[in-house]
Amino acid sequence: MADFVADAIELTMGKATRDAFGAALREAGRTNSDIVVVDGDVNNSTRTEWFAQEFPERFINVGIAESNLVGIGAGLAACGKLPVIASFACFIMCNAYDQLRMSVAFPNLNVKVVGSHAGISIGEDGPSQMAIEDVALALGLPTFSVIVPADEPSTHKAVTAMLEAEGPAYMRVGRPDVPVVYGEDPDVTLGKANELRSGNDVTLIANGIMVAAALEAAHALAADGVQARVLDMHTVRPLDVAAVTRAARETGKIVVAEEHLVQGGLGSVVAMAVAEHAPCAMAFVGVQNTYAESGDPDALLKKYGLTAEHITAKARSLI
Amino acid sequence: MKMSIAELEEQARVLRRDIITCTTIAGSGHPSSSLSGVEIMAALYFGGIMQFDPGNPHWEDRDRLIMSKGHASPLLYVVLAHAGYFSTDLLPTLRQIESPLEGHPNMSRLPGVEASTGSLGQGLSIGLGHAFAARIENRDFHVFVILGDGEQDEGQIWEAAMTAAHYKLDNVTAIVDHNKAQQTGWVRDVLDYSPLAEKWQAFQWDVQEIDGHDMATVAAALQRAKDTEGRPSCIIAHTVKGKGVSFVEADYGYHGKALTEEEEQRALEELGWRTSSQTQ
Repeated sequence: MADFVADAIELTMGKATRDAFGAALREAGRTNSDIVVVDGDVNNSTRTEWFAQEFPERFINVGIAESNLVGIGAGLAACGKLPVIASFACFIMCNAYDQLRMSVAFPNLNVKVVGSHAGISIGEDGPSQMAIEDVALALGLPTFSVIVPADEPSTHKAVTAMLEAEGPAYMRVGRPDVPVVYGEDPDVTLGKANELRSGNDVTLIANGIMVAAALEAAHALAADGVQARVLDMHTVRPLDVAAVTRAARETGKIVVAEEHLVQGGLGSVVAMAVAEHAPCAMAFVGVQNTYAESGDPDALLKKYGLTAEHITAKARSLI
Repeated sequence: MKMSIAELEEQARVLRRDIITCTTIAGSGHPSSSLSGVEIMAALYFGGIMQFDPGNPHWEDRDRLIMSKGHASPLLYVVLAHAGYFSTDLLPTLRQIESPLEGHPNMSRLPGVEASTGSLGQGLSIGLGHAFAARIENRDFHVFVILGDGEQDEGQIWEAAMTAAHYKLDNVTAIVDHNKAQQTGWVRDVLDYSPLAEKWQAFQWDVQEIDGHDMATVAAALQRAKDTEGRPSCIIAHTVKGKGVSFVEADYGYHGKALTEEEEQRALEELGWRTSSQTQ
């Protein structure tokens, strides 16, 4: 993991993960003519417009109709195309869940589902647009891989890996610019956690925007002489059970942090792995059982318990 | 294979027999929902409308049939078996554990099944995906989707209807098996969505309204739909739920019920089969 930049005192800001998705998708389109993008009239938000501009003949905007969008993706996949279907995470996962279940997951069709504007960090648009349950829903589709990348470089690599892998997948990307935690060409292997910082006192497992927060927390803990291991668990399913088990055995304490409901997402699947293989003390950072509200993204993350300080406090509570 | 109208009518009688027999053996299923669509399916598969190859079920240029009303799986299965996708010996295994003939169609387990259906409203969108793939790959196959009339309640149908018209997907035909009955009653009493033909016309589809049990009419309508250019086609086939079995036709309460063995005998006699044991 030589290419991470976790030892920087302050992480530098990079682009949004949706931008990385849009760029990686356009790039993939140049070499893979099977890719067809289906949009629910939000292509300028999800960044699929960059693919559309270059490959209009392989781009379908179905209007604001997520159920139909998913079904069309299923039909394309059944014909051997590689459909990438994208909308806001809350709309494609919640509005079209039965279509994801019946038209895609059950027949195990090779449809790539990308939900943007996930989490509460979209800010001012408020709870109707904030997916806080999308990972839990994706985990309810047994044939799906579930991917939540952290920053621009790793999202770019994760998109490429997702498109190369066979089978249905859900990827969550975000709206705001986020700090860069990786170097330019990181190694991202689906199903394999990346250890961004070594340590044996406690492990911080995170994905999405909480990876940067976990690194900040690790620095704060180091000031107290606590060495925290940080794992970027970009793939929620298949989970890197070996990395989780090692962390449990070697550090004895695990904090899981995600920008998602605290129940049903990364924390839940990590806790299952820990309980089954190496029980240890755990704590969880996530949206408690509530909806958020409109507001400045940073203020929301603070109010709803999703900052480095919250992770640090949870880690200290275990020590 | 292309049968004459007389041969198709005889084939329809065979299909009805097998629908009734396999659901009675299973002890459950939707024979009445299957019986209404027999002429449509017979014309598609045996009347020369669809191009397909049972020996190569994934042939890229095949015409597609998507049974969006997945509860009519017995109809789909008996047609696929007689078309040669698998042995008719499988039909008595309907709905049993380890049988690929599941209660609702599972495309992963049975050749010839183009979509896994059973949650209503989804088949037309899937069909549009096939149609877009044909357009992108410059193939000229046609996609037929059989919809239930109760299924018209589902909003996704109308999302797909708008999309097909906007993109002028003339390689799609939706066939509404308009048998007038759904699970708890007559369609007009549950949710009266009339006028149906005018709705599809308003959504800019080419609409034909036909007698769905007159074989020559059905075959001609399907061919016209396949040949229509510039817009998708909808055939509203007026049918009778349980067609061919008088006591089922008269009673929507037979939805989702297999006939008893005694009822099966009466039904087969009405269809001109003396008894099931003598016909096998």
